[in-house]
Amino acid sequence: MSTVQVSSGPAQTSSMVLSSSIGKKLFMAATGLFMSLFVLGHLVGNLQIFLGQDQLNTYAQALKDLPALTWSVRTVMFICLVLHVWRGIQLYFENRASRPVRYHVNATVQASLASRTMIFTGIGIFLYVVYHLLHYTFIVTNPQYAGLHDALGRHDVYSMVVLGFQNGWISAVYVLAMLCLCYHLTHAIPSFFQTLGLNNDKTRLRFDIIGWLIATVIFIGYTMIPVAVLLKLVILPEGGM
Amino acid sequence: MKLDSKTPSGPLADKWDNHRFSIKLVNPANKRKFTAIVVGTGLAGASAAASLAELGYNVKAFCFQDSPRRAHSIGAQGGINAAKNYQNDGDSIWRLFYDTIKGGDFRSREANTYRLAQVSNNIIDQCVAQGIPFARDYGGLLANRSFGGAQVSRTFYARGQTGQQLLLGAYSALQRQIGLGKVKMFPRTEMLDLVLVDGHAKGIIVRNLVTGEIERHAADAVVLGTGGYGRVFNLSTMGLGCNVTAAYRAYKRGALFANPCFTQIHPTCIPHTGDYQSKLTLMSESLRNDGRIWVPKNKGDKRAPHDIPENERDYYLERKYPSFGNLAPRDISSRSAKEVCDDGRGVGPTGYGVYLDFSEAIGRLGQQVIREKYGNLFEMYKLITDEDPYEVPMRIYPASHYTMGGLWVDYNLMSNIPGLHVIGEANFSDHGANRLGASALMQGLADGYFILPYTIGDYFARVGAQNINTDRPEFGAAEESVRSRIERLFAVKGKRTVESFHKALGLIMWEKAGLARNDAGLKEAISHIAALREEFWQDAKVLGDNNEMNQTIERAGRVADFLEFAEMFCYDALNREESCGAHFREEYQTEEGEALRNDKKFAYVAAWEYTGDGVKPELHKEELTFENVELTTRSYK
Amino acid sequence: MNFTLRVWRQKNAREKGCLETYQARDISEDMSFLEMLDVVNENLVKDGIEPIHFDHDCREGICGACSLVINGIPHGGKKGCTTCELRMRNFADGDTITVEPFRAGAFPVIKDLMVDRSALDRIMQAGGFVSANTGGAPDANALPIKKDTVESAMDAAACIGCGACVAACKNASAMLFVSAKVSHLAQLPQGQVERVERVRKMVARMDFEGFGNCTNYYECEAVCPKEISVKNIARMNREFLKAITK
Repeated sequence: MSTVQVSSGPAQTSSMVLSSSIGKKLFMAATGLFMSLFVLGHLVGNLQIFLGQDQLNTYAQALKDLPALTWSVRTVMFICLVLHVWRGIQLYFENRASRPVRYHVNATVQASLASRTMIFTGIGIFLYVVYHLLHYTFIVTNPQYAGLHDALGRHDVYSMVVLGFQNGWISAVYVLAMLCLCYHLTHAIPSFFQTLGLNNDKTRLRFDIIGWLIATVIFIGYTMIPVAVLLKLVILPEGGM
Repeated sequence: MKLDSKTPSGPLADKWDNHRFSIKLVNPANKRKFTAIVVGTGLAGASAAASLAELGYNVKAFCFQDSPRRAHSIGAQGGINAAKNYQNDGDSIWRLFYDTIKGGDFRSREANTYRLAQVSNNIIDQCVAQGIPFARDYGGLLANRSFGGAQVSRTFYARGQTGQQLLLGAYSALQRQIGLGKVKMFPRTEMLDLVLVDGHAKGIIVRNLVTGEIERHAADAVVLGTGGYGRVFNLSTMGLGCNVTAAYRAYKRGALFANPCFTQIHPTCIPHTGDYQSKLTLMSESLRNDGRIWVPKNKGDKRAPHDIPENERDYYLERKYPSFGNLAPRDISSRSAKEVCDDGRGVGPTGYGVYLDFSEAIGRLGQQVIREKYGNLFEMYKLITDEDPYEVPMRIYPASHYTMGGLWVDYNLMSNIPGLHVIGEANFSDHGANRLGASALMQGLADGYFILPYTIGDYFARVGAQNINTDRPEFGAAEESVRSRIERLFAVKGKRTVESFHKALGLIMWEKAGLARNDAGLKEAISHIAALREEFWQDAKVLGDNNEMNQTIERAGRVADFLEFAEMFCYDALNREESCGAHFREEYQTEEGEALRNDKKFAYVAAWEYTGDGVKPELHKEELTFENVELTTRSYK
Repeated sequence: MNFTLRVWRQKNAREKGCLETYQARDISEDMSFLEMLDVVNENLVKDGIEPIHFDHDCREGICGACSLVINGIPHGGKKGCTTCELRMRNFADGDTITVEPFRAGAFPVIKDLMVDRSALDRIMQAGGFVSANTGGAPDANALPIKKDTVESAMDAAACIGCGACVAACKNASAMLFVSAKVSHLAQLPQGQVERVERVRKMVARMDFEGFGNCTNYYECEAVCPKEISVKNIARMNREFLKAITK
């Protein structure tokens, strides 16, 4: 303690760049960006439900007919998700370890609640994603959906969605998950700009607003669907299944 | 003892150049064989340690703070002078030299002061190269302001934090050398003794403040950059850790202490409010450029400042010194404040304060201009006093601020002990009896960057590398004396807190040896100090253990040294039967109450030699000769 | 004024600490927080209890020595204010005030409220400087610099190195401290030569010292006594990105 000599400094290799604290931030920002773009793209697909059964099912079939595209996006998305979550949890524990003895009195002056709950909203989103995949993508939780076909013999995604959201509990899970996601994004989006070094005093408020705007659009966009189903604005096609 | 200043011969302007040519050099390949100990890492210490390491010497640097960046140089607000003449207003090296030596009331060494003015320009260049963000004009060139009564604008500044920025510059240079392994840094380590080997300073004994361990360090030379002793007044603008211990320990080992009574009292500090007060906060002197200083004309006038009409106010500085007015030098301004307060016309709850009023300037320039110039200072004042200077006049009062006196050094910045070098505020050399504003930073960096690195080489070259071993008996003896003193402090086991002794000492010093001194008062002070010291060693209460962090024992050691040092201080003030600069003896004043200097009898440096505890030290004189300036009477009328 | 203090007492780095309760009586509202502690300490000593240890020096908000987490906020939460500048009038008579040391793995407690912040020095040693040896500098006015640029650099250079940013950060990250120095020098022409190396080395050292990662809470900025903006962190991120792509 008595000397402050740099006795053994850290190595300076380029392989350390990503493991550096700023490298980790950049990594979270990059994976987060990709996932956010995916979420936006996904939303564009989902909203086609309001254009009717034929439109949505056509879109779904089109994706199915492009397996190379779908699967590569899914793969990248999967990798991003796993890495983002894994790194996020790792960061959480690292950061906790940076303060081995904690304060008796905790106070916060300006850090937003969203920023302080990223790990929890993040885990919420992850659990939801798992459920969502089992629910609609791999149709494990409700295997009866697998047998749904429309008049053209395509998988009837439209009816599957409507049936799913007619269940109030399932809808609630989805709305809650979107809350988590969007709250997560209100901190994630401005953070993205900060981490990339694009932020300054002038842009700061702007990026915050952009974050809230995007998060709100995503929230409204996604929750519109279960809400519309529950309000019977979107209903099963004539003649049922 | 004959004091040889080793001032080189030749014309004043050529002395430093000639000297640098005539002193010996150490071969670049041999520099690594020498080690220097640098104690204190403020402007002087940090700049010296970094520069010596850059040259190739090995350096061990010590500071009592947790980091070299905390040294109290950091508190300097106003700026740093240099004779750049960037403003084309007639400044020159000669003018800066003349202003400094005149400002010091002709009690400094001509050659040293001239050299200070000479190297002032290099300092600015060096600091800019380090990336120090000095204020600039819109054209991108450096800005200057007029400061502390100077008639030219030669002060460079970085907002109100010039000291901080300069210190961080020196600190960064030091950190670089620590990283390179050329400087070994010992923070939270306090020097408690100097070790002499064959009469040369070859090491120090320190206490590791974290573990309490007493450690020995040897080197080829010792450099003290340990700052001033203003805390002898307890209340001062200095950091609370500032102390005289290192310098005083060197004094007890035979180094002469010069002009201790030359202490500057800064006129613009926030008045104290109660006994609990730990320090006085300085408000930058630049405030006097626009603020007008006044007190009520009538004694005991307790009305609010707004309710006192113009004709019942006494703008005493403007009245007494029409040409300089509110910008009169620090000593004059401080003393005038004390006079009006002693006259019962002081303001504020304690009656020890005067108004510094900005209403006229706000009316003339508008609040916006004032805000731009002094916004941060006004905020600081409001934070501390809960009063808004835009609405109510500030209250200010003088406080101990800087100490011109210090260990005696020759032209090479070496004390009378060979190998012991003293730099910055810790030495006595450049400011005489009074320091001009913005000159402290200049001197600290001049010594550290541009003077000591040359002159210490001369000493090294003369004595050669000796590779002193700390097993030598001299180290053992010094360590033993340090240990026994600490044990003695613990053994007192009294009832009274160390802090209360420091406060009591401060009170004696402020009353009897502060702004104005007289024969009877000083003699009284000497006996009071002796009595207080006696009581300290019988009744001081030091708690805790020695083998771990213990702030009480740290303070006890420092206060014990102040209790001895203060006596020497008073002897010096008693001896100097004249008024000069910051030293005002009431017996020696003109009919108008101005300082009366006595050049015939006192144009000398009073250097005191330790002769034993509680015994009057022995006076040695270094006569000051002035070949280039005429000794005029300062007049700021 | 009277207060109840709950103060962290810890004999040394090895032993465990705990919160002790003390009474602060007859406190003047003009006292600084540290002067209030001085008064408490004087009374503790009279009672034969070792005084509360804390770092302090200049007592005017510039040296960066004072620390303390007061009711959960480093330096007590008054904007632009260090603990030594904080006055007791900012508290209500009768308040209970909890005082803890700056907490971070990289700031081990030495005693009571005193912590070891030398990790910050070591980060500076890694690159927080311009390598300009004494003596070789050109004339100071040979290099004009835009006033705005200098002002912005000065905003960053105003950092006093107290470490409140670390203490406030939920992750104990030192990003604001490091970015202040990187940002100060990256903006000035003098800092250009070592610009890339500086950010790499300082960030590497920061990580090595065990500080947490920045997750953009911006709590650091809120408690910084010199109100240093997190835009400096953005600038450092940018500098780092540039450095790794070089």
